[in-house]
Amino acid sequence: MRVLVAMSGGVDSSVAAALMLREGHEVVGATMKLWGGPSDSGCCSVADVEDARRVCQQIGVAHHVFNFTSDFERDVVAPYVEAHARARTPNPCIACNAHLKFGRFLQRAPLLGFDAIVTGHHARVTKAGTTWQLRRGRDVAKDQSYVLYMLGQAELARVLLPIGELTKEQVRRVASDLDLRTAGKPDSQDVCFISKTGGRASFVGGRIPLRDGRLVSTSGDDLGAVDALELVTVGQRRGLGLHAVSLPERRYVVDVDLPNRTATVGTLEDLLVESLQIDDLSWSHLPLVAGSAVEVQLSAHGRPLRGHWAGGAHPGTGTVVLEEPARRVAPGQAVVLYAARSVDDGGGEVVLGGGTAV
Amino acid sequence: MLAYLDHASTTPLCPEARAAMEPWLSGSFGNPSGSHAVARAARQAIDEARDKVAAVLGTAPGDLVFTSGGTEAANLAVLGRAGAAAGPVVVSAIEHHAVLHSARAAERLFGSPVRVVEVGNDGIVDLAALAAALDRAVSIVSVQLVNNEVGTVQPLSEVARLVRRRAPGAVLHTDAVQAPPWLDIARLAEGADMVSISAHKFGGPQGVGALAFRRPVALEPLVYGGPQERERRAGTHNVAGIVGMAAALEAADQHRLGACERARRLRDKLTAGLLASVPAAHETAAGQEKLPGHCHLVIDGVESEALLVLLDEYGVAASAGSACASGAMEPSHVLVAMGYPAEVALGALRLTLGHTTSEADVELALRAVPVAVSRLGGSVKPAMAAAG
Repeated sequence: MRVLVAMSGGVDSSVAAALMLREGHEVVGATMKLWGGPSDSGCCSVADVEDARRVCQQIGVAHHVFNFTSDFERDVVAPYVEAHARARTPNPCIACNAHLKFGRFLQRAPLLGFDAIVTGHHARVTKAGTTWQLRRGRDVAKDQSYVLYMLGQAELARVLLPIGELTKEQVRRVASDLDLRTAGKPDSQDVCFISKTGGRASFVGGRIPLRDGRLVSTSGDDLGAVDALELVTVGQRRGLGLHAVSLPERRYVVDVDLPNRTATVGTLEDLLVESLQIDDLSWSHLPLVAGSAVEVQLSAHGRPLRGHWAGGAHPGTGTVVLEEPARRVAPGQAVVLYAARSVDDGGGEVVLGGGTAV
Repeated sequence: MLAYLDHASTTPLCPEARAAMEPWLSGSFGNPSGSHAVARAARQAIDEARDKVAAVLGTAPGDLVFTSGGTEAANLAVLGRAGAAAGPVVVSAIEHHAVLHSARAAERLFGSPVRVVEVGNDGIVDLAALAAALDRAVSIVSVQLVNNEVGTVQPLSEVARLVRRRAPGAVLHTDAVQAPPWLDIARLAEGADMVSISAHKFGGPQGVGALAFRRPVALEPLVYGGPQERERRAGTHNVAGIVGMAAALEAADQHRLGACERARRLRDKLTAGLLASVPAAHETAAGQEKLPGHCHLVIDGVESEALLVLLDEYGVAASAGSACASGAMEPSHVLVAMGYPAEVALGALRLTLGHTTSEADVELALRAVPVAVSRLGGSVKPAMAAAG
């Protein structure tokens, strides 16, 4: 096959390119330049592009740079800021996967004559009969299937994820055996366009006004002021300034009401819910039938919870009913559905779909 | 098969340059600043090179500073002048970044206000706008002799006349980096006080260039150290490079008229052929006086980033214009200044011919471009699309 490898300049995509070459594929590397502004972490700095290029030189394949900065701004950064303005807690990495890596990049590949794209994600694509399945990576601790839940059949048919078969340790060993310069490079952690020094407040505050608000208890008592209500997240415990107030239990944000400039704080119990509402649903294959048992994961490395799919009033929306109450998910975060443990093949492992918490 | 059509980016070394450099890469060596016989031989080589370069640039009996290339020459002219004389810096909007970013640096470092002069859709500096930007306070004006992206030749004599009349205290620098193999710099840049060139654009080696002076200009150096180049550019001379540049410039000058005629014929065939086979393609600055080796198009609905990948695959080495530090394509500031919307500017294709370009290179490009455009969803004449 002729494959285009999305190379971030990290160790996973470096090894992905090397493995595809070893398997006999015709390989070309490409790095997306996504963020045009200042950045101190992860993706798309000149140094990362250089790492990707040097790895391509080392393994002897061509390397290209695609400038997708305007798409990234429109499809990732602007919605990220806009979500904060609506008191939601967005996951820009998921938007980037949907619109850039498995959107723009995947669309460009066939135009350039490639049969498939390859990324360095820790997840696997398998086939059951005629159906493509997205599965968790072999390295459970590094599994990234959660951030890939939006991949449908059309995408999965043209995506190869060789790294999903390996543990992170194995990836690093391959990189160091091949003497790749990225072998010891630390994993990127944070949102690539947000600098450590300024943080979220400085970035979002540079684009929309951030205003303070009041913290109130579930019974309506005023507990004090809070800065930048737009950045307060459901489930948040730290940074509320509540240590000064003597409260018998740990307090969490259970609701944010921007129009009324308040955040409600309550106990862990107040945060627990028995079901989760989802919108912007996408399915890996066919929609689930209401009543089907599922596992649901609420954060990138969160513990999967058991429940069942209760269906939805409209296509694209629905409800997961949990077997045991769980903490409410901040609106805007991804809720990902996996096959229930009881399923013979792929139980707890195959991604069924997902959406955004309401 | 490879068709190298990116000569505006860099050119292969010409035989004359190679022959002149050869002794300095093997037996001969020497630091031109020394006093013994070995050093004197090296000194003589660069002195002779200086005369040759000055003769072609029309600045004989020559004062010029050898630099590491066109970028350093332009920096020395703009930033060096701003460091030595207060006053606004006037540049055209379509200057190379070597000039534009030097002007911005002059603003940061010396507080010299920068005045950017607009250009028309024809890719020519707007003389009325230039006149409006000039006054007695201006310290330096920098207008290129030829634009490196679209290839338009700028009206430098008129620019010089305006500068003399309205800004008599200013010096005029021209970035003539794209000019040497094609244009008579001595005549066209007659009105300029300083002229920048870069050896690798005309068959010389990379890493060497010059800033030539037609009259004395006080400059603050960029590089401090020894007394080389009359204390305007310290550092041991790149003897092989300087000798190679001089030989290449002389050869380019000798072959100039023939090379122009040959390149123009091939370029016209290329441009006409592409405009006929790719209806979505438009020639930029059509009808203007352009370099004979320059074919510059914008193609509606096609991203040059993807187009270049396909052309590369077909063996056509082409360019889009400007790229940023990571190598990503940026909308060209030249096309934006000419009034093209950013999304149109992202569809630029620059094919530049040189002394090694053959009929077969042009044929390959004529076959490859329509197929590549069609694969990317751009419209082409059916016969051409089927040819792939």
